[in-house]
Amino acid sequence: MTTLLGWLAGLGLVAGLVMGFGVAPREVTQGNVQRIMYLHVPAVWVAYLTFTVGFAASIAYLAGRRPGADRLAHAACEVGTVFLGVNIATGAIWGKPTWGTWWTWDARLTSVAVVFVMFLAYLLLRGAIEDHERGARYGAVLSIVAALNIPLVHFSVYWWRTLHQPPSLLKPGSSTMPRVILTALLVNFAAQALLGAYFVARRARLLAAEEEALA
Amino acid sequence: MTYARRALTVAWKDLVVERRSKETLNALLFFSLALLFVFQFALGPDRERLAAVLPGLLWLGFILSGVLGLGRAFLVERENDCWEALLLTPGDKSAIYLGKLAGSLVLMAVVETLVLALFVLFFNVDLGPALPGLALVIGLGTVGIAAVGTLFAAMTTQVRARELLFPVLLLPVLVPVLLGTVKATEALLLREPLAAVAHWLKLLVAADVVYLAIGLLTFDFILEG
Amino acid sequence: MVAVPLIRVIGLVRVFGAQRVLDGVDLDVGAGEAVALLGPNGAGKTTLLKIVATLLRPTRGTATVGGHDCVRQAEAARAILGVVAHGAHVYEDLTAHENLAFWLRMGGHAADRDALAGALADVDLERHADARVRTFSAGMRRRLALARLTLTHPRVLLLDEPFAGLDQRARKWLEGRLETFKAGGGAVLMATHSFGRELGVADRLAILAGGRMALDTPRAGLDPQDVQRLYVAHTEDVS
Repeated sequence: MTTLLGWLAGLGLVAGLVMGFGVAPREVTQGNVQRIMYLHVPAVWVAYLTFTVGFAASIAYLAGRRPGADRLAHAACEVGTVFLGVNIATGAIWGKPTWGTWWTWDARLTSVAVVFVMFLAYLLLRGAIEDHERGARYGAVLSIVAALNIPLVHFSVYWWRTLHQPPSLLKPGSSTMPRVILTALLVNFAAQALLGAYFVARRARLLAAEEEALA
Repeated sequence: MTYARRALTVAWKDLVVERRSKETLNALLFFSLALLFVFQFALGPDRERLAAVLPGLLWLGFILSGVLGLGRAFLVERENDCWEALLLTPGDKSAIYLGKLAGSLVLMAVVETLVLALFVLFFNVDLGPALPGLALVIGLGTVGIAAVGTLFAAMTTQVRARELLFPVLLLPVLVPVLLGTVKATEALLLREPLAAVAHWLKLLVAADVVYLAIGLLTFDFILEG
Repeated sequence: MVAVPLIRVIGLVRVFGAQRVLDGVDLDVGAGEAVALLGPNGAGKTTLLKIVATLLRPTRGTATVGGHDCVRQAEAARAILGVVAHGAHVYEDLTAHENLAFWLRMGGHAADRDALAGALADVDLERHADARVRTFSAGMRRRLALARLTLTHPRVLLLDEPFAGLDQRARKWLEGRLETFKAGGGAVLMATHSFGRELGVADRLAILAGGRMALDTPRAGLDPQDVQRLYVAHTEDVS
């Protein structure tokens, strides 16, 4: 099953790259550098997706105490953090030639950075706890706090960056996106989601092997 | 109602212990005073520059004191070996969380009142009609800080490197509270009406509700050991 | 019909990281019985007590107190448990009286002044009722912890080295208390290091070594030297 996932992810990534770097049109002002968006944007969607999975798995763990639920939560939060890291890195690479700076405190970058640090702290906590069962419990609680905090971070940072009137939507929707760009984004999203699922499955399996080696 | 009595008993115990040992309160007060001096020296004598960053400084002071004080919330249990004994008491353990929270809120209220007074004195701030609104914002923000802080303090009490891990866990999570309180404080000090910061207040209330709910529902799992 | 023992431990396994502290422990303690748990340091006595006290989850196996599973029905088990561990569970900056009042209220009872005074008098601490526990000796703190038990009326007592730090009079008091407790149908499991007089209150000896129950035998007819010999015999083989 996992191997199939891996193959599908591989195929998806190829398709995504073709779409992003071949099929999608070249952006007028920014040039080819803009194509990094096809890696950058889906990465954060996949990250938030995996954090949601981690959230659900954490609740399941606290309710039923099944080690499988904890392994899923742990793996999901780790993989999500990695995808956020990809998002931040590609954002910086995109930003340097485009805006002239590696970093800017705009709403999206800032809120992603905060969420990234929150889940880095999750990894730090799990690393600091020797007793496996306690690490699972505390990790579950922390990932629940972090996941529920994501919308709060999102709103507060967005309002912080737009001065007086707060918008009533999540963010100004760019519903005027050309169809081909949207398609390319979705293909890449699907590909990265498959890759994320593959990573989570492998990581969870690795965690199980680690536990067995110690028991 | 034994739930309420148990929560109050925990709060009473913490306040009595604090009043007798005076460890935390004194340290926090001196810390806040030192912070004030550091802010002044770091920013220089330019009055206008100070006025612009005052809300941020105020909340920096509150949050840093909170991190120091809340990190010690379960220290008395650890030092006196009472953690397990609390776990053995019957009934809903979230009463202990609530009691700890109440005790911490009282402590933080004392520190914050003094810090605010010092700010008014040192930086010559005229609070005037902004005071009631400010009190509301400070109240909402403090509840949020203490709600998460108490939960995380319980978590880090039993862990290595707790003094380092606690702020690392707490500060990123508190970003929404920090942003909300600073922006609202800024607006209020500029004499804007409370209605102008309604969305920030709603955010703070939402955050408080979420953090309290999580704390009440998951404290049991943390106390378990 | 045989009643379910007040403490029942079956196949208990507890792993800490890479270490198997308990490796399949069985133990029963019936009503009116006291079992002394012996074993070298690190044998797992405290771990076993903690699992029965619902403070720790076993890796495998079950423990029940009064028929309640220690993991799945922990609250019901706690309701009839009385635990006195190594630390005395007292707040140093509170007085003896305030400590008792605190724990009573946390247990859901009203803090009756007379009952508190009586409990303190029982353990010979009434003169120190309003002194802060910080000034107490180790023996006094142990007595305060035991005073708590007289107020909460548990049915099962779990004691970790209960006689340590007590003077002659306090030891006699505790022995008497435990005998009364047994006579009233309570069960006692106590971990202890010494083979002296305090074993007198025990009906059975259980020797824990290498994570397993090396010996479980009635104490009657054994004098301290016999106990010593048995102890050495069963713990020396295990490295």
